[in-house]
Amino acid sequence: MRFVSFILGLAFSAAALAQSAPVKIGIGIAQTGTLGGGGKAALLALQMWVEDVNARGGLLGRKVELLAYDDQSNPATTPGIYTKLLDVDKVDLLIAPYGTVPTAPIMPLVKQRGLLLMGNFSFQVNHTVKHDMWFNNAPWGDATSWTEGFLRIGQNIGAQTIAFIAADQEFAQNLANGAKEIAKKSGLKTVYEQNYPPATVDFSAMIRAIRAAKPDMVFVCSYPNDSVAIVRAVNEIGVGPTVKLFGGGMVGLQFTPVMESLGSSLNGIVNYHSYVPGMKYPGIEDFLQRYAKKAAEAKVDPLGFYLPPFNYAIGQILEQAVAATKSLDQKLLAKHLHGHEFNTIVGPISWGPDGERARPAVPMIQFRNVADKNVEQFRQIGKQVILHPPQFKSGDPVVPYEKARGGN
Amino acid sequence: MKFWIGMAVTVALAAGLALSRTNEYFFYAGFVVLQFVVLATAWNILGGYAGYVNFGTAAFFGIGAYTAVVLFKAAGAPLALQILAAAAISGLLGFGTGLLTLRLRGIFFSIATVAVIFIMETAMVNWRYVGGATGMQLLRPPVMEPFESYTRMLFVAMAILAVIAVSIARYIEVSWIGRGLRAIRDSEEAAECFGVPTLKLKLFACTVSGALMGAAGAAMPMYMSFIEPPSSFSLTYSVSALAMPMIGGTSHWLGPVIGAVLLGSVQQIVTVTISNEINVLVVGVLLVVFVVAAPDGVLGLLKKLRWLLRSSR
Amino acid sequence: MSFELLLEAIVFGVLLGCFYAAVSIGLSVAFGLLDVPHVAHPAIMVLGSYCTYVLGRYGWDPIVAGIALMPLFFLLGVAIYRFYYESFEKRGSDAGVRGLAFFFGLAFIIEVGLILVFGVDQRMVEAAYIGRSLALGEFRIPWRMVVAFGVALALTAGLTIYLSRTFTGRAIKAVAQDEPALRLMGANPVRIKQWAFGIATGVTALAGAMLIVVGPVEPSLDRVYIGRTFAVVVLAGLGSMTGTLAAGLILGISESIVLMQFGASWAPAVAFGLLLVALGIRPQGLFGR
Repeated sequence: MRFVSFILGLAFSAAALAQSAPVKIGIGIAQTGTLGGGGKAALLALQMWVEDVNARGGLLGRKVELLAYDDQSNPATTPGIYTKLLDVDKVDLLIAPYGTVPTAPIMPLVKQRGLLLMGNFSFQVNHTVKHDMWFNNAPWGDATSWTEGFLRIGQNIGAQTIAFIAADQEFAQNLANGAKEIAKKSGLKTVYEQNYPPATVDFSAMIRAIRAAKPDMVFVCSYPNDSVAIVRAVNEIGVGPTVKLFGGGMVGLQFTPVMESLGSSLNGIVNYHSYVPGMKYPGIEDFLQRYAKKAAEAKVDPLGFYLPPFNYAIGQILEQAVAATKSLDQKLLAKHLHGHEFNTIVGPISWGPDGERARPAVPMIQFRNVADKNVEQFRQIGKQVILHPPQFKSGDPVVPYEKARGGN
Repeated sequence: MKFWIGMAVTVALAAGLALSRTNEYFFYAGFVVLQFVVLATAWNILGGYAGYVNFGTAAFFGIGAYTAVVLFKAAGAPLALQILAAAAISGLLGFGTGLLTLRLRGIFFSIATVAVIFIMETAMVNWRYVGGATGMQLLRPPVMEPFESYTRMLFVAMAILAVIAVSIARYIEVSWIGRGLRAIRDSEEAAECFGVPTLKLKLFACTVSGALMGAAGAAMPMYMSFIEPPSSFSLTYSVSALAMPMIGGTSHWLGPVIGAVLLGSVQQIVTVTISNEINVLVVGVLLVVFVVAAPDGVLGLLKKLRWLLRSSR
Repeated sequence: MSFELLLEAIVFGVLLGCFYAAVSIGLSVAFGLLDVPHVAHPAIMVLGSYCTYVLGRYGWDPIVAGIALMPLFFLLGVAIYRFYYESFEKRGSDAGVRGLAFFFGLAFIIEVGLILVFGVDQRMVEAAYIGRSLALGEFRIPWRMVVAFGVALALTAGLTIYLSRTFTGRAIKAVAQDEPALRLMGANPVRIKQWAFGIATGVTALAGAMLIVVGPVEPSLDRVYIGRTFAVVVLAGLGSMTGTLAAGLILGISESIVLMQFGASWAPAVAFGLLLVALGIRPQGLFGR
């Protein structure tokens, strides 16, 4: 009798789970193109969350289904992708594309349709549109939170002049404009500034010009393809003996495939990050171990330091919010998200009224003793030395840059 | 008379659909198809009637889009005004391009038109007011009654524009202008000997063609709520605007319409179901196939079919 | 604008310019001499770059790979010309427009084909000379540019000698100058043109190898090179090989100076601007016939 009722119970719950429509979550996320290296790892983390939440019974008793399309890191594709997700696939919840550049075009769309959007490592993408249902998972807030670490480190070692190079795209321009203002207020003198079109591949002319300007610090705002090209150009022709700090806002130097291919060329660069080994959060070590296994199977970035923990966190936040409000109503969820703090594997997360982090903390790291063609080395403490913020600091900067790089 | 009834029916149909409960995505995709009807028709005025293969569609389209953005940002201008201004500016660009390049023969003209695309794109990349290479987010104005959404309104607006474009093309085709252009296509030297004002006619065709392409481009920024240079000046517009008339048939105004509707619909279906790349592959392959095997396009094939059926009786 | 920066820009421009000349030389033959509206030339070059990339994954040096690919691309060129001739050139007047459309479509098919196979990611090759530079006092000249310069010079010289000294070479020049006369002398112009187009395409394979040595490639790279190659060919004057070198240098140096003075956002317009100016003022080019 108990066996029969057990089987019946199983059949009923299976039927119930199968019969009620799944909760569809939609995302356009770069799997190819300049951001693809990071996007692949991010998607894997999201898929891990979907598996975990379904094992726990799904959202509101319904299975969760993740629909993902490749936006090729191209902002022209995202309006079409998100319109398709909304009108053809009829998704219930949206997660933003990875990165500022692919996210910028859909901000007007989500604002005018009154939709909740979970941000995915964008920088100040909401500052013109001012959508009140936007929640960014990144550890930074405004330009100050990002740049003060870099500039303070520089000033502590006596830097007085600074050069800026920035790609002409939403992320880099947002960051560079903010950084330039803060530099001015800090009393630093700008000796060179240059914007370049996003498709630029040859930076020799710019590096030569920087060398001629003899700055103490060089603040770079670039996307992965250009970051790689810039690092190679600097290693090819050198940036001059005066430069103490080089880096700051170079996206891509956190992607494992990029770190592996650049290897020792990375040494000396001081750049931002989101998570490196040595930073302690509850649950993160366990996540990274599980992630490493799945990544090996999927042949994707095996380390998972930069994006995956924060993408898993998006899932955690959604899960907690949906459970608390017991609904998928976008306005209710947005109201709940604004008023609460959420525990995730990257610590507690809450937002200001603009949808950016209430308490931002951006690690600035310096690459040291990196060898060529070795992925696992980055698991060791000491390859990415944390210079800022004080609560995570693990070392002081090695200057000047050319010496830290080991170059000529 | 039949023509005007047909045009009125088309507009009524578009409006009716927009007010019905059809799925929103239909209008999103349908807008693109109608946009290509305008672009293909515009291209055909110079490319099909006169035989001057214009690769520069993207330049006129992009400048039309940016004109609309400037008007919208500076003065909050309504869509109709954006379209008119875009047509005027692109028409001017067409006139200027024509003056510079229409003296060149065949391939030189075509390569020069590619040059115009890149120069215009570079100009927009370096203009911070419209966002430079970063681009600009655009918030649509509230939609007016009775339309449910802005996309539906754009769909109807583009349908009206398509009707206007086709009417202009038909007028040119049957008038003395069309005769002159055909003479130029058959043999420019002979036409000149006969006193046809070849340069004036070519300039006229280039200007009208550019203006219509610009008008089509004007609605794009509002459609995407975003604008940036690479996608606005993409060579894909040039190859599509060229392929569609070649596939449909270049000697009659109906050809570009058939080509645009057929190819445009296939493209949209492929984009939704398979991928974005295959979309461009379809255009390229069909273009090559038709250019090699069916030079008179679908219309030509239909004509042959009719002839075959008639002669077999 | 300091003198040192200007000097560095000019040196870089010379290296770049020679590279542009080598990249355009295939077009000089195909379009300049044979009058084929070959807008797919840059796309075939990018195809050559990707083939070099694939061989690079097996450890081949890029320049060696490029040379090895030349015979394959020669055959490809012969096939393309044959197809073009049968479909268009034979049929006369209207063929001009459709031939042009054909090559345009071909260029797109190649580009999209590359995206489907390789994706939109940038691809690079590794070699001993990529990533290091030659230090001359304060100047640093990247070795990859020097290698490309050397190969380009050799290629241009080689092709020029071939066209003026060998029998087939001179036949190619003859068919460009006066086809009916050649026919009367008993030579088959179609075979000669086929051969020439094959050589032009073979040369393009090596150009593609140089392209991926100089910098990373992605499938849509052919679009900006349409401007550069046609600017060089038109500025040179159709059919002139030495003219191609001179025009390439002019383009390379102008681009380098604009890059230094105004930044990378204006650089793409240099080639196309030069092209329009050449077409407008002196369509027969500097050394044209």
